[in-house]
Amino acid sequence: MDPLIEARALTKRFGGFVAVDGIDFVIRPGEAFGFLGPNGAGKSSTMRMIGCVSPVSGGTLRVLGMDPAADGAQIRARLGVVPQEDNLDTELTVWDNLMIYGRYFDLPRAEIRRRAEELLEFVQLTDRRDSRVDPLSGGMKRRLTIARALINEPEVLLLDEPTTGLDPQARHMLWERLYRLKQDGVTLVLTTHYMDEAEQLCDRLVIMDAGRIVAEGSPRDLVATHATREVVELRFGRAAEQHAALARVRTLAPRVEPVADRLLVYTDDGDATAAAVTADGVGAASVLVRRASLEDVFLILTGRTLEE
Amino acid sequence: MSTPPVVRVMEREARVLARLWRGMVFSTLLSPLLFLAAMGLGLGGLVKAHTGRVAGLTYLDFVAPGLMVASAMQLAANEAMWPVLGGVKWMKTFHATVATPITAGEIVVGYVLWVVVRAIGASTVFFVVAALLGAVPSAWGVLAIPAAALCAGAFAAPLAAYSVTLDTDLVFPVIMRVGVLPLFLFSGTFFPLSQLPSGLRPLAAMSPLWHGVELARGATTGTLHIGADIVHVLVLLACVGAGFAWGRRTFARRLTS
Ligand SMILES: Nc1ncnc2c1ncn2[C@@H]1O[C@H](COP(=O)(O)OP(=O)(O)OP(=O)(O)O)[C@@H](O)[C@H]1O
Ligand SMILES: [Mg+2]
Repeated sequence: MDPLIEARALTKRFGGFVAVDGIDFVIRPGEAFGFLGPNGAGKSSTMRMIGCVSPVSGGTLRVLGMDPAADGAQIRARLGVVPQEDNLDTELTVWDNLMIYGRYFDLPRAEIRRRAEELLEFVQLTDRRDSRVDPLSGGMKRRLTIARALINEPEVLLLDEPTTGLDPQARHMLWERLYRLKQDGVTLVLTTHYMDEAEQLCDRLVIMDAGRIVAEGSPRDLVATHATREVVELRFGRAAEQHAALARVRTLAPRVEPVADRLLVYTDDGDATAAAVTADGVGAASVLVRRASLEDVFLILTGRTLEE
Repeated sequence: MSTPPVVRVMEREARVLARLWRGMVFSTLLSPLLFLAAMGLGLGGLVKAHTGRVAGLTYLDFVAPGLMVASAMQLAANEAMWPVLGGVKWMKTFHATVATPITAGEIVVGYVLWVVVRAIGASTVFFVVAALLGAVPSAWGVLAIPAAALCAGAFAAPLAAYSVTLDTDLVFPVIMRVGVLPLFLFSGTFFPLSQLPSGLRPLAAMSPLWHGVELARGATTGTLHIGADIVHVLVLLACVGAGFAWGRRTFARRLTS
């Protein structure tokens, strides 16, 4: 299938600062594609270029087969955008937010009314239709922003950190809605710094750090390629103990990553490694065996955790 | 059947007005009408008792068109400052708009045209009240309304272009006090420029408000001077055009960086 979005050596500079440093990616129709990375990785800068509201500084970008520099308005007509920061119209009601946004796409009023009814139902805000935006909770605002982004029945939905700042319940509800959109054939492009979100939603993702892509693949492939099957987490009573134990643990497993409050030991057989660590008497206060995740992939590739 | 993007931008403002019109009507009309009562009737009575006429007109006839256009300017200045910064900085609604097929340039043009529409509304009410008070001797008087609207655009366009570049609203009160208020007082609104020291007259004649007031006063008093009036219109149109050209750049730079 022809790619829906294609970037080659895509670069974004702000003055002398390089925010996106020559990245390549291809997003195909119907898939859910993620940009995972820590603060300042360049996720939003990339999303804004795809959304045709930020000119490309270098490389090439094609969106829906068109050039954002030349055909920005036509591309935007077929995109839905959920920005990182809510920018709902607080001078209007929930309903009017949808009506006015629909008019920006030049849709007929009767059609917008029909879609707005459906979308409010979809994001479960029907009973708040005449409410102003300000008193809505964070999760409700986010859902309204998603409904607004869907008013033009977009082929591609761009979601910049859709669930940051939401409680687990609100987050799961949003995931469920996004999953349904994907079932309906909408291509999802999202950024996140939550690895569980990336694992839940993304068919494929790239891991970004400091403006570059450091790895690419499905969540499962990324873990298989860059991490071991399992991880043993060792916690120590005091930082000094952890520090002292590091060299010892390194003799027991090929890959050990120290993070703030624990040592992460990468191994294909967690139980065996845990047993070896215990037998060796490194003095860990707690030993936990778990499966490796994207968080571990990120740590292994960059030496840093996603949220720090 | 498609609607021009600029009109779609205006629809948003119209919808806000539809919700808040009571408060807006009150706040945009009260002050000009109070001025008309105090200056036109109160001070005007005094002028009549002492010197009789100002520039050949009763003071009420003289001051009414001045107040009408000056109020349009004030409305335009207000609307081109705080709400514009709100759209780009506080509510960020302009950022939501540029994510649609609407462009940054269409936002500034649509917004300024909307301010002009509001100025037409406010000026029309003012005009009717002034006419009922007998302050519009000429049938040409209705032309004062487009004059006020043009003057509103001449202020709104460049000011909106500037406001969108800011990060705080600290400078707005300064603009009001150091820019708008002196213009309000010294652009031939309350007294003819001939009362000013001769050195200051050319300065006052550069004020877009003066051009607007001259046009409106010519209309309400039926003393149109085609040559001079064409110049007034051209000056005001130049302000609108320059404001739009500048605004297209500043809005694009701010919203699509
Ligand atoms: N308009 C701008 N002007 C200057 N620098 C900018 C601008 N926008 C972003 N940057 C810088 O570019 C870098 C990447 O920012 P970006 O917002 O793309 O990161 P991000 O991955 O979205 O981070 P976060 O997770 O915090 O949202 C940051 O260092 C940021 O300070
Ligand atoms: Mg971001």
